[in-house]
Amino acid sequence: MTILKLAIRNLRGAGIRTWLNAVALSFAFVAIIFGQGMMQGMNKQAEDASVAFEFGGGQYWQKDYDAYDPLTLEDAHAPTPSALESLARAGKAAPILVVAGSIYPHGRIKPVLLKGIDPAQKVVALPTAALADTAEELPLLIGNRTAATTGLEVGDQVTVQWRDADGAFDARDGRVVEIMQTSVSTIDVGQVWMPLARLRELAGMEGEATIVTVAKDERKPPAVEGWSFRGPEFLLSDLRQMVKTKTVGQVIMFTVLFLLAMLAIFDTQVLSVFRRRREIGMLIALGMTRVQVIVMFTLEGALHSILAAVLGMAYGAPLFYSLQRNGFAVPGGDSWGFSLGDKLYPTFTAGLILSTTVLVFLVTAFVAWLPTRKIAKLKPTDALAGRGT
Amino acid sequence: MRYWVYALCLSLCLCLAAEAPSGEWILNKVDENNYADTRIAVSEMVIHLTRNTRTVRAKSWVEGADKSFTEFLYPPRDAGTKMLKLGNELWVYTPSTDRTIKISGHMLRQSVMGSDLSYEDMMEDHKLIDQYYASVAGEDTVLGRKCWVVELTAKSTDVSYHSRKTWVDKERYVPLRENRYAKSGKLLKTTEVKSVSQHQGRWVADRVSFKDALKAGEGTEFVLDSIRFDVRIPDIIFSKASLRR
Repeated sequence: MTILKLAIRNLRGAGIRTWLNAVALSFAFVAIIFGQGMMQGMNKQAEDASVAFEFGGGQYWQKDYDAYDPLTLEDAHAPTPSALESLARAGKAAPILVVAGSIYPHGRIKPVLLKGIDPAQKVVALPTAALADTAEELPLLIGNRTAATTGLEVGDQVTVQWRDADGAFDARDGRVVEIMQTSVSTIDVGQVWMPLARLRELAGMEGEATIVTVAKDERKPPAVEGWSFRGPEFLLSDLRQMVKTKTVGQVIMFTVLFLLAMLAIFDTQVLSVFRRRREIGMLIALGMTRVQVIVMFTLEGALHSILAAVLGMAYGAPLFYSLQRNGFAVPGGDSWGFSLGDKLYPTFTAGLILSTTVLVFLVTAFVAWLPTRKIAKLKPTDALAGRGT
Repeated sequence: MRYWVYALCLSLCLCLAAEAPSGEWILNKVDENNYADTRIAVSEMVIHLTRNTRTVRAKSWVEGADKSFTEFLYPPRDAGTKMLKLGNELWVYTPSTDRTIKISGHMLRQSVMGSDLSYEDMMEDHKLIDQYYASVAGEDTVLGRKCWVVELTAKSTDVSYHSRKTWVDKERYVPLRENRYAKSGKLLKTTEVKSVSQHQGRWVADRVSFKDALKAGEGTEFVLDSIRFDVRIPDIIFSKASLRR
């Protein structure tokens, strides 16, 4: 207790030096929590959007379908199995037929994936109802990114071309009935959605599907022969991997920042041990062991992190609260590689703040201890004479 | 008097019918003129892009309808690029990456070197008579030559173009104009022959304009430099090993 009291007294005695160190460390503190919170928020936001718009509770893939191999697409269609058809009828699944094709916006050719989906489905958050509420012979739904790259707008007519199940070319004029605003680029870029029944009829693939997405709350999807079930863990793995990769980059940046703050602590400790040699000799002469002196000096250094945490909390808490509540615009948009939307809402959990505080305290304590090792070799007589460091 | 008019009309129709050969006969003649066991050709594709025009020169070795090998000679950027077609499969070798990739599925719909021709179009090399029913729809004049207008309808559902309309030179049996249609009847591709020349007794279109009817632009012009028919081609040419040679 005496050591703690002495440490606090010395810290206060250092005056402006203590506060400068604490402020520098608090910046690192806040930046680390902010970065981690941003990554957590990014991950959560992207996962939530992907589940809501694309993956639901998982997807059945026709056995020949491989989302990572576009060459499989030609054969990846089969009649929807009765078990999945029943789920679809109960509103718990949405069969999707995928056919490779092209569109010709404004006289330019653009290869796309034509995706047929039931306009009445509620399994994913796609605004498919727009495909039903129209008298158009071939209504089309596209995303904002496809609209931007093709220059298509609601009401525009565009020719759609594809090969049917037998390989014969077919083409029709369709009309864009809705442009969906979605943060999920994987349901948007290079994709054109249309009513499932219409695509099945046009492609000569009656009753067939490529993917069947099940509802989020469907806990026990049945095993179906000829179809593989891909759960959310599998479907989100790429996204998680991508966030992880970006997190590594951030960790490097924060490590540099943190090291700079630690350098300040280290320098302070080195200077402190040098300037306070007489005090160290006096304390040892008065009966303190070398270990107790080392503990006192280390504690002085480590207490900087507590001060930094308090300081960081003072200006960081309102900032984090505001960011978590209101979000902030993310520069770069789709360049992040996954769905973020217009705003990013960071997530600052108690666990994140606590673990960061403990980590910063431990690292600061370690850095503060390093220069004090010299005290162990110090002779009290030399120290009292101002020598020996 | 009325019976005389009917009789005259009937006899005129019979005369015309006697003159017009059947669609199948015309197709046979077209195939006969067009198909050789083998052929080696050097040609250029003049691709009219939105802002500029580029020319690609290539040499092709073809055997029947299933084997073909093409090497691009010009421009320097594309020189050395090779394409090998064996049956329904197509491989492309690019020297810049030193890699051979198989083109299949929807990639076959991609344009070849930015032209109006897709890989699929380049692979289409079957005899028309094997794929289409034909009927003579009338007569017309194209390039100052009298032509039969022949309407083709696919014999099976797996033929790429469900129907075609082709203008066949009455004497040379060279299609001088062709429209290709989708199942829905929508016009997809047009071909317009600009000139024809004779090689080893066969009439060959040596300047042809291809156009993707759904795309804006001036299309792609195909210019034949030289062609030799029924030349022996070593088997090694039609092997994947030749792509890297």
